[in-house]
Amino acid sequence: MARAVTSRRKIINTVVAWGIGFLIFFPILWIVILSFKAEGDAIRTPIEVLTAPWTFENYSIVQARSNYSMHFFNSVVISFGSTILGLIIAVPAAWSMAFVPSRRTKDILMWMLSTKMLPAVGVLYPIYLMFIQLGLLDTRTGLMIVLMLINLPIIIWMLFTYFKEIPVDILEAARMDGASLREEILYVLTPMAIPGMASTVLLNVILAWNEAFWTLNLTAANAAPLTAFIASYSSPEGLFYAKLSAASVMAIAPILILGWFSQKQLVRGLTFGAVK
Amino acid sequence: MKLNKTLRVATAISLFAAGGAFAETITIATVNNGDMIRMQGYTSEFTKQTGIDVNWVTLEENVLRQRVTTDITTKGGQFDIMTIGMYETPIWGKNGWLVPLDKLPASYDVNDILPAMRNGLSADGTLYAAPFYGESSMVMYRTDLMKKAGLTMPEKPDWDFIRKAAAAMTDRANEVNGICLRGKPGWGEGGAFITAMSNSFGARWFDMKWNAQFDTKPWRETLTFYKGMMDESGPPGYATNGFNENLSLFQQGKCGMWIDATVAASFVTNPKDSTVADKVGFAIAPNKKGIDKHSNWLWAWALAVPAGTQKQDAAMKFIEWATSKAYIELVASKEGWANVPPGARTSLYENPNYKDIPFAKMTLESINLANPLKPTVDPVPYVGIQFVAIPEFAGIATDVSQQFSAAYAGQQSIDEALAKAQALTNDAMEAAGYR
Repeated sequence: MARAVTSRRKIINTVVAWGIGFLIFFPILWIVILSFKAEGDAIRTPIEVLTAPWTFENYSIVQARSNYSMHFFNSVVISFGSTILGLIIAVPAAWSMAFVPSRRTKDILMWMLSTKMLPAVGVLYPIYLMFIQLGLLDTRTGLMIVLMLINLPIIIWMLFTYFKEIPVDILEAARMDGASLREEILYVLTPMAIPGMASTVLLNVILAWNEAFWTLNLTAANAAPLTAFIASYSSPEGLFYAKLSAASVMAIAPILILGWFSQKQLVRGLTFGAVK
Repeated sequence: MKLNKTLRVATAISLFAAGGAFAETITIATVNNGDMIRMQGYTSEFTKQTGIDVNWVTLEENVLRQRVTTDITTKGGQFDIMTIGMYETPIWGKNGWLVPLDKLPASYDVNDILPAMRNGLSADGTLYAAPFYGESSMVMYRTDLMKKAGLTMPEKPDWDFIRKAAAAMTDRANEVNGICLRGKPGWGEGGAFITAMSNSFGARWFDMKWNAQFDTKPWRETLTFYKGMMDESGPPGYATNGFNENLSLFQQGKCGMWIDATVAASFVTNPKDSTVADKVGFAIAPNKKGIDKHSNWLWAWALAVPAGTQKQDAAMKFIEWATSKAYIELVASKEGWANVPPGARTSLYENPNYKDIPFAKMTLESINLANPLKPTVDPVPYVGIQFVAIPEFAGIATDVSQQFSAAYAGQQSIDEALAKAQALTNDAMEAAGYR
């Protein structure tokens, strides 16, 4: 009897979980469908959209009109570059806060998080003026620095949480064996925190990939990533849903594929230390 | 021998440098609309003629506005040409942020630009941007439904006729709405429509001392009429419909009438996208009986050179090419007269080939009827029909249109919306130092 209830509940849970999953995924699925429809068909009722003929026309138009490979290359460099830069600063910072905390560590952590509460547009002009002076406007280097600074609090917070799970005794044992600070971080701490670091890297690459305020406002013709590529297909006067959908699919496909293949690592990292 | 080699290397370097100098590249920020995208396709013709390369940065209208405003106010120098509208041009021109277009050659024939466009893109009599494409607004209606309703659309209908026709054409069972109008919040969306409509009821945004006028009778009449008509004959959820939503409804045969930008005429008559392409008629945007102002607006997308550019000559050359008569002929020869950028040059409307386009005559009449210097019945201290050409307007009008949309949606009464609009506008104008 008990087994029957359990399996019924299992079925219900599975159906509900799949239902919620499908609901969340549905907008992306619809974008993919629209991207294979003619512009005139894309605005019709859902049934008419589904029964309309399929076409690759939008992809060929987008390919012909835009320099996709340049935008893609910029996105890859900016998102991975900013994440690597962030890690270089965040690993030692998180290490010191996790293993050598001071009286102010908690305040510093909260302060770092509070910088995320400031609306980005509030600092647009100061940053724009600094970029003009430093010659960083429309450069990949400039964007890497800005996105690194934006995501740094998240990277430090995540690494801090993972490092806190690592027993300090292991690090002390390494020190007793004569390991230097660099060796301690590189050869003892890092291998143990790999799942956490991997999910931190993945999450930050996704955040940087999708960032659409600074990447639109600080770029022009040279460093514009895929967010600018999508923005060029949106229009308040004219229906370009099918082309916009094709551009969106081309922009999100790489990060979706990356997320798909690394989902195990991502989930493992995000739940790291959740159950003790 | 060594000297010879050095000379050869030096010559090669100087040739390379000279080559680099000739291959000048300009960067143009622009909007994503059909005409601008078409122009990008013809850029190679310009490069062939001048040797100047062009980089395009295409952005959505609102993103573009924010992007170019940031750049021009900080002298960022990211763009050599900016695509801007009739709202920004006089403000930026007056501030000295744009290069005056007062040295255009005689062959360009600046007097051929439609006078309404020239006035709207000038500040203190100086032209600061060359119109690439211009528009007004007009009535687009279904000829078959009008006939079925037993009515005939006059060339210049008034609002009472429009309301009567809308009610007669409405067929809820078949999802046909008598009229589709913008109600979406935003100064360029529902805000633009209701401001243009208010002119035709004799309303104005400000009196001559910059006092808000939302507490006056004409504004109350405008909103009451709009909401009454839309509740009777408009589509469900009209308070959130903008240009694209209404275009989609019209193309699917779900609107009897639609009053919006003249550029929409080419979309709704294109059989590739529209199911009602062969059943569309056009008329002048309506007015209230007895009021001599119609509800049509005036807008242009124009090319301007920011004062901070280092490549002024090359930028000017591009503007001369892109807004010339020759460019219009180039597009016509490749894609037909229906696809040339409309609303900028008088000569286009005198061209016998263009006169055959079904919406050409009504577009020109609508543009000529619009006067941004005298948009409504009473005198106003501002320039602009569906906007007020002051920097504060975009923010204020967005807030006001949000109040109006809330009234359309039934979240507050018309009186409440008008009272809030009055208060917030006066507050903002006082803070900005106008009052």
